[in-house]
Amino acid sequence: MGAPGTGSAPYVPGLPVPEPLAVGLLAFTLFPILAVFGLGFMEYGIFGRPTWIGLQNYRDILTNDRLFLTTLGNTLYFVALSVPLSTVIGFLLAVALNTRLIGQTLFRTAFYVPSIVPQVAAVLLFVWLFHPQIGLINFALDLLGLDGPNWLGRPQWAKPAIVIMGLWGVGGGMIIYLAGLQSIPQHLYEAAEIDGATEMRRFLVITIPLMTPTLFYNLIIGIIGSFQVFVTAYVATQGGPLNSTLFYVLYLYRYGFEEFRLGYASALAWILFLLVLALTVVVFRSSSSWVYYESGGER
Amino acid sequence: MRVAESVSPLARDGPSWRYRRSTRQVLRMSAVHLALVATGFLFLLPLLWMVSTSLKSLTQQAAWPPEWIPQPFVWRNYPDAAAFLPLARYTLNSLTITILFVIGTLLSCPLIAYAFARIRFPGRDFLFIVLIATIMLPGVVRLIPTYLMFRQLGFLNTYLPMVLPAFFGSPLFIFLLRQYFRTFPEELADAARMDGASEIGILYRIFMPMSGPALAVITIFAVQSQWNDFVDPLIYLNKERMRTLAVGLYYFRAYQDTTNWGQMMAAATMMTAPILILFALFQRYFIQGVALTGMKG
Repeated sequence: MGAPGTGSAPYVPGLPVPEPLAVGLLAFTLFPILAVFGLGFMEYGIFGRPTWIGLQNYRDILTNDRLFLTTLGNTLYFVALSVPLSTVIGFLLAVALNTRLIGQTLFRTAFYVPSIVPQVAAVLLFVWLFHPQIGLINFALDLLGLDGPNWLGRPQWAKPAIVIMGLWGVGGGMIIYLAGLQSIPQHLYEAAEIDGATEMRRFLVITIPLMTPTLFYNLIIGIIGSFQVFVTAYVATQGGPLNSTLFYVLYLYRYGFEEFRLGYASALAWILFLLVLALTVVVFRSSSSWVYYESGGER
Repeated sequence: MRVAESVSPLARDGPSWRYRRSTRQVLRMSAVHLALVATGFLFLLPLLWMVSTSLKSLTQQAAWPPEWIPQPFVWRNYPDAAAFLPLARYTLNSLTITILFVIGTLLSCPLIAYAFARIRFPGRDFLFIVLIATIMLPGVVRLIPTYLMFRQLGFLNTYLPMVLPAFFGSPLFIFLLRQYFRTFPEELADAARMDGASEIGILYRIFMPMSGPALAVITIFAVQSQWNDFVDPLIYLNKERMRTLAVGLYYFRAYQDTTNWGQMMAAATMMTAPILILFALFQRYFIQGVALTGMKG
């Protein structure tokens, strides 16, 4: 029969299949994306009707908004720290777990479980762990002879603290890398070993290249996700101290749902969308030089 | 001949080579094990600390150096936490949303996935691209228009904004199921059509029973997503009694000065426990789901 994907049955009108799909997709996904673009050009308070104000929101954001650059800087700081760290740690854990281990499942569970702890519960837990006087983390630092900081109370420590909260959940990424590592054909390693390649060399010329598609995919997902960091900051710090954890989405939330300036918040959303899109495109463009695809010649 | 050639150099200094290698190997594997035990411990300590704190008295919570074993076990922290904020009520709310969401997902997603996998209809490819794009799109971009839409519909302070979209299908789950359905041989559906089965019949009598693992994966994802969801309940529900557990827990942080860490950790433990139990029961599907979709849940 036809190749997969041709679809074997024609559509019969009235069949209750594509209609909910079209309605749902359009109403809950496509429409909001278009609407947010339009709303960005409006003044829309909690009462009253939206009024068209052209580019005023964007002009205000870029020239008059004192905190816009702060919040953008905070977010980029977070993305720049958390994406590489979680990639490297998740990947290294996966590599370590992919060796012949006693109790592999046990290790895998230990690393994975933190990632399924509900986020709000995890944040409460870390607020407690980061307690400046009686927190477990500062106790550990004390044992090492270090003076633990007031993590969530100091502008220079609050962001790293939030990055650390996120890193507790690297187990999810680790599972993805582990699945990737396990799908690398064993005979490649055997062939390389016979050719006398050292383990380091095998890692560099087989593991890394064959994992680049997975790394690439995770990088994209990681960037998109990190730009939207919200719950940790909302629960742990409310953006403080001194706006040091005022991340983009938290800022957007304040405009949208605390001040109910929905037009302004929409413009912020649209800028975020463009930023993430631009960064994604850059990563996609760069991918041809570092992502290895099997169809590209030798296996 | 070729075999002899490639083996002989190894065979010559075989014993010593193998010996060196195995000692090094053993040493290295021990080091890897040791490092993993230490790191694994580091990952699990916070969870143990959460449970330990949840059973401690107020004075022991502030003990320095910290003590791991509660002395005495203060079980009262749990009912006290549930009295400080109506956690039973919040749990019920979260459960209601989660269950309705799962029902919606299981009703809609297979239908839509089947349409994508096995039915030709106008605009299918376009819709599929929209679907994929939506998975990658930063979700926050849709937040405000979606909020306005539900406000216009009069759905504020109802569970509909959380639940209703599930009945129209979630892009990620549709994508996952479609990929799964497409692995079934085409002849399967054709044979059933010859016998006069309707498309719906094929879906429910043939495809669904064969899709247990995929359905389990999306059910687990759906449960996790709703149980953990913070933003939607935060913006759609203003009435205190309608709050979900996730939002309710936030108020422990907000009222931190009037509660204590034992109660706070008791509440966090209560929210975490159901997910951990689910994980203990269906571990395989959690892991498969993450590996399959590349989504961290």
